[in-house]
Amino acid sequence: MIRFDSVTKTYDDGTTAVDELSLEIPGGRITVLVGPSGCGKTTSLRMINRMVEPTSGRILIDGEDVSDRPAAQLRRSIGYVIQQAGLFPHRTVLSNVMTVPRLLGWDRARARAAATEAIEKAGLTAQQAGRYPSQLSGGQQQRVGVARALASGPQIVLMDEPYSAVDPIVRAELQDELRRLQGELGITVVLVTHDIDEALSLGDMVAVMRYGGHLAQFATPAELLARPADDFVASFVGKDRGYRALGFADVAVSPRPERTVRLGEAVPAGSGWVLAVDDAGRPLGWADARSWGGPLTESRVRRFGTIARLGESARLLLDAALSSPSRRGVVVDEHGAVVGTVLADDVLDALDARST
Amino acid sequence: MNALALTWEWLTDPASWTGAGGILAQSVAHLRYSFLALLAAALVAVPVGLWVGHTGRGRWLAVNAAGAVRAVPSLGVLFIAVLLLLPRLRGELAFELPALIVLVLLAVPPVLAGTYAGVQATDPAARDAARGMGMTGTQVLRLVEIPGAMPLIMSGLRAAMLQIIGTATIAAIVGLGGLGRFLIDGQASRDYGQMAGGAVVVALLALAVDIALAAVQRLVVSPGLTTAGPGR
Ligand SMILES: Nc1ncnc2c1ncn2[C@@H]1O[C@H](COP(=O)(O)OP(=O)(O)OP(=O)(O)O)[C@@H](O)[C@H]1O
Ligand SMILES: [Mg+2]
Repeated sequence: MIRFDSVTKTYDDGTTAVDELSLEIPGGRITVLVGPSGCGKTTSLRMINRMVEPTSGRILIDGEDVSDRPAAQLRRSIGYVIQQAGLFPHRTVLSNVMTVPRLLGWDRARARAAATEAIEKAGLTAQQAGRYPSQLSGGQQQRVGVARALASGPQIVLMDEPYSAVDPIVRAELQDELRRLQGELGITVVLVTHDIDEALSLGDMVAVMRYGGHLAQFATPAELLARPADDFVASFVGKDRGYRALGFADVAVSPRPERTVRLGEAVPAGSGWVLAVDDAGRPLGWADARSWGGPLTESRVRRFGTIARLGESARLLLDAALSSPSRRGVVVDEHGAVVGTVLADDVLDALDARST
Repeated sequence: MNALALTWEWLTDPASWTGAGGILAQSVAHLRYSFLALLAAALVAVPVGLWVGHTGRGRWLAVNAAGAVRAVPSLGVLFIAVLLLLPRLRGELAFELPALIVLVLLAVPPVLAGTYAGVQATDPAARDAARGMGMTGTQVLRLVEIPGAMPLIMSGLRAAMLQIIGTATIAAIVGLGGLGRFLIDGQASRDYGQMAGGAVVVALLALAVDIALAAVQRLVVSPGLTTAGPGR
């Protein structure tokens, strides 16, 4: 657990970046600090590993004041990931990742073994381990940054906008991996972002900060969406927070049975939209048989937007329905085989039933 | 005979090459001054450049020293140094030291500028990450800034060496050896073949040393700093 105890930081030029911040960051969880640019997120984060020294107040890690330990020693025990990765260009990936183990005085063999493991965990190949940073893409560099932070097995990892410089697809991939890694390792992650979507999807707990370094609200994502503390939080969380909140809503919707058709099977004309599946029952897409009939060919099948898995949030179920040309959202089981379909109304009814 | 032929004749005459005052012996002497001067300059300029680049303090020094020193005439410094040192030192040293001082003065600015620029150009994110991972100030310098600055430090040294080798001919003016002898003696005896030949040898020597230093550069600069672009 990391505790901020009335922490204030006023820079030399008189800017108060963080004002009387008190916060308890739970151990073994992902906590996200989010807020508009310049509100003091980075400053707060960097006070944890003493990259910035507080003007007043204390920061305690498991009850121990961080200022009681020599800064360099403290930092070696805490993972640190920054936006531009900050890799050392003259070192290979492997040697970059070996940095902290070597600083801790581990011998080469042990440091190498730990680094190799971390590189693999971060989703990089052994071949990439021998490359130099300039030979990697931005997303790969960011993975190296994560591997480098994890190599010595720290209990706490600090991340400052780690994914804001990569494209949305890679970002989603890296976010998923962070979730997985955090779950596997049980580490405490403190992540800074100004992207509310990232905060809501990654954070177990989210601290919303407002300009001047004040804490506006500290809560779970579901609670932030359902009960924003004030207008600032409500507007920061977004106009569509009602819809976003569905992402955290579990609803009891049982899918309706749906007739499925395989390629080559005859479809009678006038059967409306039919769902095409492969031999394993996995959905291929919808075919429009309102005015057409005959053996189903691949060219007749239209791809669809999203597919929901059984037991997923109301938001994904609703999205599946809305993105389907037939307005029937495809629901699959854990093997990806079609279980049935849901209508938007089914989801809304289930939500209504839940809230009354 | 035209100048080219005279030069060629002097260069191809075996007698020009061998013996105590021959091209080979003078080249060795020339190289000795040059490397001594480079070493002395590096001993001064590299630490100062590292300090300025690492701390960001005294930046004006690194920036202005180059210009200031370039404006000072080498010959003037040489004569002043001789005049000052002659009464205090004895023998060859009284002449050798002034010549070395001129060369060192000339070599310090490019080495200082290269070192300072190299350290200063360290990616701020890499520096921040290094500190954030728990490196001390000297570890950041040793493990991140210096290795990253190697390409610019080496080009500073190479630029300095080219200047030194060209200017080391100056030693001959105060009666010392080196390839400058051929220029001074050639002029005195109106042996233009020798003069021009001497100049050619100086140029060739500079080229050879630069090639050798380029090889050293390849050894001490990480491939990560020269390979660019993803893939491969
Ligand atoms: N070294 C510094 N000296 C003076 N003021 C600073 C310094 N670092 C940050 N500040 C100021 O402190 C305030 C908070 O900065 P901080 O970097 O913590 O914000 P942030 O929330 O991380 O913003 P962003 O999302 O833009 O990264 C800003 O007003 C900033 O200008
Ligand atoms: Mg920031």
